[in-house]
This record gives sequence, C-alpha cells and structure tokens, in this order.
Amino acid sequence: MPMIGFGSNSEMLDGFSSVPSFDLPRTTDFDGFQKEAVQMVKPAKGTTTLAFIFKGGVMVAADSRASMGGYISSQSVKKIIEINPYMLGTMAGGAADCQFWHRNLGIKCRLHELANKRRISVSGASKLLANMLYSYRGMGLSVGTMIAGWDETGPGLYYVDNEGGRLKGDRFSVGSGSPYAYGVLDSGYKFDMSVEEASELARRSIYHATFRDGASGGVASVYHVGPKGWTKLSGDDVGELHYHYYPVAPATAEHEMVEAAE
Amino acid sequence: MTKQHANWSPYDNNGGTCVAIAGSDYCVIAADTRMSTGYSILSRDYSKIHKLADKAVLSSSGFQADVKALQKVLKSRHLIYQHQHNKQMSCPAMAQLLSNTLYFKRFFPYYAFNVLGGLDEEGKGCVFTYDAVGSYEKVGYSAQGSGSTLIMPFLDNQLKSPSPLLLPKQDSITPLSESEAVDLVKTVFASATERDIYTGDKLEIMILKADGIKTEVMELRKD
Repeated sequence: MPMIGFGSNSEMLDGFSSVPSFDLPRTTDFDGFQKEAVQMVKPAKGTTTLAFIFKGGVMVAADSRASMGGYISSQSVKKIIEINPYMLGTMAGGAADCQFWHRNLGIKCRLHELANKRRISVSGASKLLANMLYSYRGMGLSVGTMIAGWDETGPGLYYVDNEGGRLKGDRFSVGSGSPYAYGVLDSGYKFDMSVEEASELARRSIYHATFRDGASGGVASVYHVGPKGWTKLSGDDVGELHYHYYPVAPATAEHEMVEAAE
Repeated sequence: MTKQHANWSPYDNNGGTCVAIAGSDYCVIAADTRMSTGYSILSRDYSKIHKLADKAVLSSSGFQADVKALQKVLKSRHLIYQHQHNKQMSCPAMAQLLSNTLYFKRFFPYYAFNVLGGLDEEGKGCVFTYDAVGSYEKVGYSAQGSGSTLIMPFLDNQLKSPSPLLLPKQDSITPLSESEAVDLVKTVFASATERDIYTGDKLEIMILKADGIKTEVMELRKD
C-alpha cells in the first residue's frame, strides 16, 4: 500500500514557541485513546495485490495474508472482493475499511442500476468510492484498492486510495510486495496474451512477491474479468507453488537419504 | 508547545481467551471465566459467551463494558428482525450484522475481539472471526484474546483445514467428532492457562447442535 501521506501529521505549533529549538521529529501526534484506537485496527498493508488489462479483459490477483505487527493473524483473507458479478475490488490497507466500503459500493452500484435501468460503469463506480473516501480524508481510513470491471467501453481498471486519489491505468500493483510483483509482471507483460498466459503471469507475480516479502503469503488467488463478468481462475497455496516452480531434483534427495542411512 | 495528551483512557483490557471450532453438524464455543484488570482479578466466574440467536453464539474478549454494550445493540437488532421477518436470524446474517455494528463505531471502536459460532442454513458448523472494527471471515476454527497467540499455532497444527480460497473448493470444516473437538478445547485451554496470566479459573464450553445447546464447565488453574 502506498505510503503517501499515510498517518503523517505535522506538529501543532502556536505563537509562543519563538524560542529556537532543534528540529523535532514529525510524529503521529494523536490523543492517548485515539492512538489505542488506531492500533486496534487490523492493518493489512502487508499485502500483494495486482491487476492488469490485456487483450482478453482484466486479470486480478492477490495473496491472502493479514499481519498484525509480526503476528500472522490470518492466512485466508479474501483480498479480492466481489462487488457485483462484473466488478471486483482489491483490498490493501485496513481490512475492515476495505471490506465495509466495498460492500457499501456494491449497494450503491445496485441502487444506480435500479434508478437508471443500466449497469454502472467502472469509471462511475470508482468515482463513487473515491468521493466517499475523500469525504473521510484525514480521519485515518486506510484503503489502497483497485476497481476492475467490464462495462460498455470494455475493460476498466482504476486505482483508488484513502486520500481520495483515483488513477486510471492498465497495470497496477499495491502493497508491501508490490515492487517484487511489478518486477515479474512488467518483464512478462504483453497486451496480446491469452487468458491462460495472463493468469499464469499474474499467479507467478504473486508467488514471487510472497517469496520475498514476509508480510505476503497464504493463497494466491487469480480472477479474470471478461465481457460476461468475473470468474475465479485459480487459488493455489504459495508453499505448494514453490515446489511447482522449483521442483526438488529427485537424485539429490536419494543421495541425502543414503547419507542419512549411513 | 507539544500537543497535550489525555490523562485517562476510556478503554481497559479485561483479558481472557475465546475459542470456537466448527464441525460437520456442531459448533464448539469456549471461553475462560476470568475477568481481570491490570494485575488484579475482578471475577473468577464471568461468562464471556452470549447466545444471540438459536443458531448464533458470540464469545468476546477485550473490554467487557464495550462487549456488554455491543451485545445490547445486537440483541435489540435481533428482536426487530424477529418482529419483521417472523423467524430467528441465521448465523451468516448475524455475522454481517456484527461486522456492520462494529464498523459503525470505526472512529471510536468497541474494544472487543469477537468470535461468532453457530450453525449455518444447512446445519453445518460455522465460525466467524473478527477484528475490533468489523473485518470478518468465515473460518473452520479461531482463537481470540490474550491467549490467542498461544492457542492458534496449536489449532493450526491439529486442525489445519484447507483454505477457503483454494480452487477447487475444499471444505474448511474439521473432520473431528464432537467429543474430540471438546477434548481438544480442554487441552488447549489447560496449556494456555499455564503460560498466560490472564487466562484461567474456569472454562465454559458451549456445544451448539441442531437440537439445542449444551453447556459444560471445567476447572482451570486459579493462579
């Protein structure tokens, strides 16, 4: 999850501090109980999520680990949220914030459909979310999400965060494992990929991020969004994926067993 | 002039541990009965398990005053639901209600670490685990509270269920029988009591099945 502006607060200086002092560090200066409240929120910025547009639609993938400090609180978090049958959202940042606001977005999208007799566009849905988050700006929400979907204009992908920022693009990765995911994703990306090639690229990118980033792990889920909506393509335990990509050579194992028997 | 800090906190941690395990046709919810504040024990006989509906039982550790307030809200919402729909709330429905209730106090949270256990619409056991502000997921088993870091690794070892995210889909329910699950819970609390000062005194176990709820109590170390 991008660290831009996350949790930073400048110190409040009043007119009395004219006495020159040394540089004081910027602190997150909350009241005592507010600080406790912030710490209680389950942070899930230890994450790797990615999404990209290609010839066949949008590919969305994520890991499933949630960490509270150094403790792994869950290995099975659903970080790809199904807003409606043709739109997906990814979760990075505060788990409750992402879950709640995506659920809320799903409701708003449905109301839009009922009021306007047509589906909402990806652009519209992401704008609804961005505006909602903007109105809570500075209050400590932590959301770094990608809205992926298929509407009348074709595949759509937007990045939305808790600052109210909203970016249109065709390749994004969010979370602590994103640098590793970008490395694999950017080097293997071609617009003209088949769905199988694209899903394999997405899965490999998540796997490599979980390999190098301690805060990412669990199950690598891959979803595809096409003209008829989204489908879940795969969900693989990254521990097993490791041996799938790097199988142990059998000869070496036999050798070790012979040595151990002696 | 640095910002002034409050000299009191509205929160307190009363300690304790809660565990729930889902089975094929049962659900076991257990919690110790010790209520503490700092290094003092307030009560050796305080129940942390509360029945919300016929098929949904909540167990919460953390700040018990917030837990009480949370229960009041859920109880009244359940009553309204019963009046409007002429039936009891199902466990998955209660799970989402709890999530929304917690999130509505996102900026002044309930200091409650919840585990919701019950039976789903098909009669299979289900356990939902929460954080303080409402993020939740359906799991096969969970531990929350002061002893959770001691208990979870052991439950992972004994009950490790396939992740619900795997494809092809695999069941996250434990294949254990009801008596095996209850024995496991007793073992787990006995061990947690040894190493966690906030867990002990008595263990209260509720076993939820289609035909009703059974309660069992076991003594734990009181030191």
